[in-house]
Formats: sequence, C-alpha cells, structure tokens
Amino acid sequence: MDAKRELLDLLLSNAREDTTDLARQTGLDAAEVESLIAELEADGTVLGYQAVVDWDRVDGEHVQAEVELNVELDRETGYEEIARRITKFPQVASLRLISGDYDFAIDVEGESMHDVSNFVSEQIAPIPEVTQTVTHFVMETYKERGIEFGDRDDDDRLSVSP
Amino acid sequence: MKLADRVNQVPPSGIRRFFELAEEKDDVISLGVGEPDFSAPWAARTAAIDSLERGKTSYTANRGRRDLRQAIADHVTRYDQSYDPDEEILVTTGASEAVDVAMRALVDPGDTVAVHQPSYISYAPGIIFAGGEPLAVPTRMENDFKLTYADLEASGAADADVLVLCYPNNPTGATMSRDDLTEVAEFAREHDLVVLADEIYAALTYDGDHTSIATLPGMRERTVVFNGFSKAYAMTGLRLGYALGPADAIGAMNRIHQYSMLSAPTTAQFAALEALRSCEGDVVEMRTQYNRRRRFVLSRFNEMGLDCFEAKGAFYAFPHCGGDDEAFAEALLQEQNVAVVPGRIFGEGGEGHLRVSYATGMNDLREALDRIETFVS
Ligand SMILES: Cc1ncc(COP(=O)(O)O)c(C=O)c1O
Repeated sequence: MDAKRELLDLLLSNAREDTTDLARQTGLDAAEVESLIAELEADGTVLGYQAVVDWDRVDGEHVQAEVELNVELDRETGYEEIARRITKFPQVASLRLISGDYDFAIDVEGESMHDVSNFVSEQIAPIPEVTQTVTHFVMETYKERGIEFGDRDDDDRLSVSP
Repeated sequence: MKLADRVNQVPPSGIRRFFELAEEKDDVISLGVGEPDFSAPWAARTAAIDSLERGKTSYTANRGRRDLRQAIADHVTRYDQSYDPDEEILVTTGASEAVDVAMRALVDPGDTVAVHQPSYISYAPGIIFAGGEPLAVPTRMENDFKLTYADLEASGAADADVLVLCYPNNPTGATMSRDDLTEVAEFAREHDLVVLADEIYAALTYDGDHTSIATLPGMRERTVVFNGFSKAYAMTGLRLGYALGPADAIGAMNRIHQYSMLSAPTTAQFAALEALRSCEGDVVEMRTQYNRRRRFVLSRFNEMGLDCFEAKGAFYAFPHCGGDDEAFAEALLQEQNVAVVPGRIFGEGGEGHLRVSYATGMNDLREALDRIETFVS
C-alpha cells in the first residue's frame, strides 16, 4: 500500500490519531505524515473529520430521516443543478444520486419530526423538478460508518496466556 | 491420589503465576495475552451457527471432514505445500493436539527432542509426556533469534532424534527466510532429524511470505507441519488445527487421535471450512492492523531506549529490559498496572527479555506503552 493510502486508512479508522502516532504506525517520519495529510486536504481528498455520535445518549431531541426523491429533468436542468440547490440546506446531511427506483437519497437531520417533515414539504417538495418525495424516519441506528452501536463487547480473554 | 511420575516431572507453567498476579489487580492493561483481540470472522461464526441449526452435531471422520481437508490442501498451496487430503492431513483439536499426538507418534522413550529457545511453552511437556527428553537449543538476539547451524551444533543437537521448529516464533516474533532455513534443513538432513514445524503464525508475517521448511529439498519426507485457525482467523476458542506430513507419520498420529480424540469438534470444522472459503479479507485486515501496532510498539521501545530487535512475525515484540526480566515484569505490574511476560518463562535465551503482545487495541496499547515509559524513566 502506498503511504498516502495507508494514512487514509488510518484516518478512516481513527481521525483523531495524532501525527506522532500515525508516524509510529506507518514507519514514516512525523514531517512526512504532516505533509502527506496536508496534500490530502489540499487536493480535496480529505474534506473533513467528524465524530460518529450515538444520539440516543445525547440530551435533547435529534431526528434523522432518509428521503427518497424523484425528479423530472428538462433541457435546462440536470441532476447537478438540482443537487446544488439541495446541498445548500444545512438540514441536508448527505445527498446522493443513486440507481434504481428513485433518483436522489437525502439524509435529513432536525430537532423534531415536525422540523424534518416541514423542511421536506416546504423546501424540497416545491422545487419545480421534484415530482415525488418519500420520507422515512430513522427509528434505530445499529451501525454507522463501520462502527457498531449499543453495548460493547468486553474483553474476556485471560489476562496472561501462553 | 498417587500421581504418575510424568506429571510430577512437569512443573506448573510460569505463565500461570503471572496470570494469578495480574488477576489480583484491578485496571490492569495486559500485554501478556497470547491470542488475538479480534473475534472470529462473522462469516465463520454464522457458518458454525448454521451447522448447528441444521443439526450437524455428530462425529466426523477421524481425520476430519473430507471437504475441510480438501480446503486445507488447497489453502496451503500458497506456501508451496502440497499434501494429499486423504492420506497426509489430520484435522486436530487445535494445533495443541497436533503437537501432542506428533510427540506420542514419533518419539520413543529415551529419544532426544531438540527445541530452540525461547519458544512456546508446550513442547517440552509434550516431549516428556511422550517419554522423550527435551534438549534446549538457545537462540540469540544478535541473530534476531533465528536458529542457526552453529546453535544446533553447539548444543549437541547432532545426537537428537527430532527437532521442533517454531517460526514465526512465539515469544520473540522472529521469522526465518528460505535462506535462513537452508542451514537448518542441512543440519536436519546430515543428522537424520525429524522436524516438527509449528507454523501456526504463518499467516502473520510482515516481511514477505512465510516459507515452510517442509518445502526445502529433502525435507518434506522428514517434516510434520502444524498449523491451525487460532491465530490467523482469531478462532482460539473454537479449538481447531491441523497437521500436514507424509502418510506414515499422519497415519500414526491418526492412530492415537482416533482413540484419544475420535474427531476434532464438528461445529468448529464448519467454521474453519467457511474461514478458508470466504474470510481471506478478514485475515488481511487483521494482519494490517497487527502490522501497524507492531511498528508502533517497536518505535516506542526504540524511543525509550529499550533494545528491541525488529520482530517480523506473530504478534509479539521481545525487548531487552536491561536487567532481570522477572523483577522488571513484577514491578511493572505492581507500579504501573501493565502485565507483560518475563522472557525466561520461554526458556534459555529469554532471560532479560519481555514478551510484549500487541494483540490489543491501539488505545490500550498507547496507554500501556506510556506507562512502561514512565516506569523505565
Ligand atoms: C507457537 C504456538 N503453537 C501452538 C499454539 C496452540 O494453538 P491452538 O490454539 O491451535 O492449540 C500456540 C498458542 O498460543 C502457539 O503460540
């Protein structure tokens, strides 16, 4: 694996790893790690670093929904234009063009179901090219970005073994 | 009750004492564990569950399920090993059982079995239970704990009947390349030694592919190889291993196995079959993580000024602690709540060293090494 790819893998599993520890794990020196990460950020490969949060453990309401979106394109408007309009809303956590029965999959986040459905009906549905929206509220999250939710497994190995 | 002499000949293991010391303390981070921190790949676990749901709870053929032996035969071709699934492969209850039945099948009372040290602790007891006499062959850090022709000669292994070879090595993490193995093979051929090659860590090498001594000229007919699913597939608790060797040796081992074990655990055989079929990706991922931790641990020891050769296999580092290993390990446990295993437990040549297992998540590993640094400074 090349050094950049190796760093990317490490950051994907733990973006909080500091430069010295990244260097120790890869065999690169700290300055090399710094400059490779700077390159990854500058060329737009790495766009940000975020925590994976179990919202059930956070005080206050937090609602997530997956919204299916169908659109009708015309001569002037393509997927790109529609996507650009939708991504600008802060309530939109992710937006993807997908294959299959509908066109876009949107992850919407808000403080209440009301918030989310209002947002969909008042901001998304009225977009002229949008022909249909179907909102699915998330009821439980079991795994996100490779991380399992819920109780963690205890290490039940013997503390010293041959 | 009167106990048999052969039991009294084997003292309880030094591992046990350290285990008890560690258990007395709370909040211990243990780098003393000789098994993976991962669980078995999910596909292997579900295959085991499926087999139970389908009611597959009977014995299998003594030698193990035919499809599993075929899958093993296919799998080991990656090490250029070629064995006939009908005659030359025995599926066992862990590599542990393979070691035990091999000793009983191949060692006569009074025979000498040379074991390079430091090494995994089960060989000498296995030899003694079989009536043989263990002969220690110390290896040295100057040679990266590789076994050399000179080591064998100096310790009188020329008169031995059998040689146990364990690379990648527990506890040192040492590996041996084809070149390194050539002189050992030469010694074995010259002195007509049977070789028992414990290759259970074969999948965990970080410096290129594992080479089996059985693939060197004139060695296949005098070598029995042990391997298994415990380390590579993180399946220690499922207890499944295997032996590869010439038909007469495997047949003899099976003679003992069929009476003492009947067959290896059936559920585990289904898990193992699935592991071989579909879990190569899991193995690669685990190896990648071990390798990162290996580099991390080696560079931490370097920074602390502890002398540590570059271990390239298994999941152990074997630094020199600069003094008495047992006193060091005990004080480290008492003062910093970090468990490691004193090197001397693994035999001659281990004195002064510590076995540090990196089969532990990065967070604990980081913390444990910080504590060791505090302790040494
Ligand atoms: C070198 C070596 N051989 C054999 C074994 C035993 O393996 P198994 O779980 O297959 O019995 C171990 C386990 O620690 C080991 O380190």
